Amino acid sequence: MDTSVDKTVITRRSNSLRVITSIKTPSFVKTNKRLKRSYRQIRTENAFRRTLVLMGLVIVVLVLGILLTLVVQSIPSIKSLGLGYLWGKTWDPVRDIYGAYPFLLGTLITSFLALLISIPFSFSVAIFLGEYYPKGWLPNLLKNTVELIAAVPSVIYGFWGLAVLVPIVRSFESSSGIQPLGVGIFSSSLILSIMIIPYAASLGRSMIQMVPSPLKEGAYSLGATKWEVIRSVILPYTKSGLFAGVLLSLGRALGETMAVTMVIGNTSLIPKNIFSPGNTMASVIANEFTEADKPVYLSALIELGLVLFLVTVVINMVGKKVISRFTN
Amino acid sequence: MESTVVSSTNFNAWFGSNHVVKDVNIDIIKNNVIAVMGPSGCGKTTYLRCINRMHELIPGATCEGKMLLNNEDVYEMHPIFVRLKIGMVFQRPNPFPNLSIYDNVIAGYKLNGIKMNKAEKDKIVEQSLSKSALWNEVKDSLHKKGTFLSGGQQQRLCIARAIAMEPEVLLLDEPTSALDPISTSSVEELLHELKKNYTIIIVTHNMQQAARVSDKTAFFYMGELVEFDNTKQMFTNPRDIRTQNYITGRFS
Amino acid sequence: MNARIKYRIGKSTGFKALIIFLAFACVVPLLAILAFIVKAGITKINWNFLTNIPKPVGEIGGGIANALLGSLIIVSIASLIAIPVGVLGGIYLSENRKSRLAYWCALSLDVLQGIPSIVIGIVAYFWLVKPFGGFSALSGSVALAIMMLPVIVRNTEETLKLLPDTLREAAFALGMPFHRVVMKVIVPCGVSGIISGVILAIARVAGETAPLLFTAFGNPYLSASPLKPMQSLPLLIFNYATSPYNEWHDLAWGASLILLAWVLLLNIVTKFTTRRWKVQL
Repeated sequence: MDTSVDKTVITRRSNSLRVITSIKTPSFVKTNKRLKRSYRQIRTENAFRRTLVLMGLVIVVLVLGILLTLVVQSIPSIKSLGLGYLWGKTWDPVRDIYGAYPFLLGTLITSFLALLISIPFSFSVAIFLGEYYPKGWLPNLLKNTVELIAAVPSVIYGFWGLAVLVPIVRSFESSSGIQPLGVGIFSSSLILSIMIIPYAASLGRSMIQMVPSPLKEGAYSLGATKWEVIRSVILPYTKSGLFAGVLLSLGRALGETMAVTMVIGNTSLIPKNIFSPGNTMASVIANEFTEADKPVYLSALIELGLVLFLVTVVINMVGKKVISRFTN
Repeated sequence: MESTVVSSTNFNAWFGSNHVVKDVNIDIIKNNVIAVMGPSGCGKTTYLRCINRMHELIPGATCEGKMLLNNEDVYEMHPIFVRLKIGMVFQRPNPFPNLSIYDNVIAGYKLNGIKMNKAEKDKIVEQSLSKSALWNEVKDSLHKKGTFLSGGQQQRLCIARAIAMEPEVLLLDEPTSALDPISTSSVEELLHELKKNYTIIIVTHNMQQAARVSDKTAFFYMGELVEFDNTKQMFTNPRDIRTQNYITGRFS
Repeated sequence: MNARIKYRIGKSTGFKALIIFLAFACVVPLLAILAFIVKAGITKINWNFLTNIPKPVGEIGGGIANALLGSLIIVSIASLIAIPVGVLGGIYLSENRKSRLAYWCALSLDVLQGIPSIVIGIVAYFWLVKPFGGFSALSGSVALAIMMLPVIVRNTEETLKLLPDTLREAAFALGMPFHRVVMKVIVPCGVSGIISGVILAIARVAGETAPLLFTAFGNPYLSASPLKPMQSLPLLIFNYATSPYNEWHDLAWGASLILLAWVLLLNIVTKFTTRRWKVQL
């Protein structure tokens, strides 16, 4: 394409956000008051386009700013505690000892235990709504109700957990000879598992509905039962999609703060078994942030926040990547 | 002496690196109906959309050459001015779904924030709808939304909307290809009336339609303007072999 | 052969029964929670409850008026910040799909959506609390606005992307400048989708506690000043539920019921507005 032509030619990428700079007024404008107005509108148009671009920029800068703030505020801790901080088994701010291992462990145990408990339920909902009964008023009701699980504020889950679940666990513990605290890793995993059901369920359902009919019909025409079609056609096909759903639920579990804080027992000791009290990264931040009187103390907590940020972002990105590869 | 309203000189257009309109030279005379025809993908719609600068709305679309409206280069003014003088009707009727019929007709004014009193607005609505032969059918339901109208009526509504802006030129991009035969013939009859006041350029897939409605016809093939002549002449005695093949149906 | 087939069919039926059982079983905890909150909270709500602030421990009576007002103010300010940025951001992404900035913007939104709410609270603390020396409702609102952004932008973008291109073409062909095409044609046609996105965002942040822990912080008194600490419903529930006082537990139950009802109502409203928009198109 020859761009070195007649200077009256305008050859440009028609990106609709390109600000239009050539405003030669045609002769008929001067004879028409109505058209003269349009001249003013061109300036507004450019301002509007610039505002839109600005908003796009604001969003990017916002996320970068969040990352930057976390990093900058973690620096004191990183500098004085080094990387051993992550393996340190003792957290004792009074004596200036900061080791994040108890919280990493607490986070991992509660999240994975919650996943383990919730996955059978999530997948059942996904298979029920995706394959058995995709249409109808009852399935619709189930779908909406499961989605409402995600709508309930976490502090309410925590309060209910404290008032109802913890006493139940406590009586179970005392009748089993375990120290009857009620609060602990187990209780918080239970609450968490209820809360994360909708995420894997709704993503799983969409993935299952995407299985092409010809594939299923092929299996049915060979005399397969519904269970066999699910096991040998649907599940293998949606494997990566279901995995992405699990990642989504995991990401949610890792970042959950309030319900866990209220039910986990809040101790900085390494949990001995699943009935022990403990702490997660999110819950220790929630509890101790306002009490952190030393700069290193605060910075150590922020560093936990940074780790949490990075882990959840990575998990979410991986999940989204898997989904986009699956749908293409 | 007839005056030239739209004139292209060495006009080219691209989609990215795809050269879709090649070196077109045309002079269009006032109050004529010009049919632009050709097989699918020959560049006729692209050329039409270049006239009122709709082509550049597509990302990656570019063009070159002179496109004159009354001897002023359309590509040297802001597109808003161009589109106020050159109206367009699209292949699929596209009245604004959230506006009533009345508001659709004066949409060009209302949505541009041009204030008029009710008398002026009523006058414009009635005139435009009458000119597009829709007034009698909708005059009692002006304030209903336009989507309940039939395809042909919706298209005439779009024509009314375009002529309400008092353009000089009307561009019609296969306006009847989505319509049934009766609606098609009502739109074609309309063109005979409209050409008294406007210059009309109509892209059409349908040779018979070109023969019926136009004074002159332009035949495009693979992006080039192959032939441009009086309609009668082109259909009875085409000069180029490609035109001949197209008319006799060797390819379409 | 018959026995084998019967076995396979039996297995399939058994599996189906298991799936149905598990699918409906997971709803039971939710229903139990709803029932419990209603039972525990309904007796606590009366006019007194809604119009008084909490009394000091030991005194009877008292209510959650400060939390109700506080939630209203914090969420309103957050909406005022998030809605313009979010809707314009959504318009930006829907009108401009191929530029590099749009790619990074979409990526940033994905990241933003996954950030745990407590992390956002931390960042808001360092941006708006520490530099100004005190907790404030405004800092809480900013934290909530950040959480509302991805929802609003996503919904706006999806809604506007679904509108047919012919709409834009018709508007441009009438000589409309870009800002009018967007604001007078595109946005009005997509308005119910945008609104449902806004309602969803509000429902999401109305119940958030973590971002407010170190920003709005809470306030035992009735306050309407955005520059001072402010109480909100979820904060009150958290603080009072974890306290050792029974009177405060009662307040927390009443507050829980109100918060729950409010959030569920918003979610149900969204479902209806979304459906209506789909039919219109």
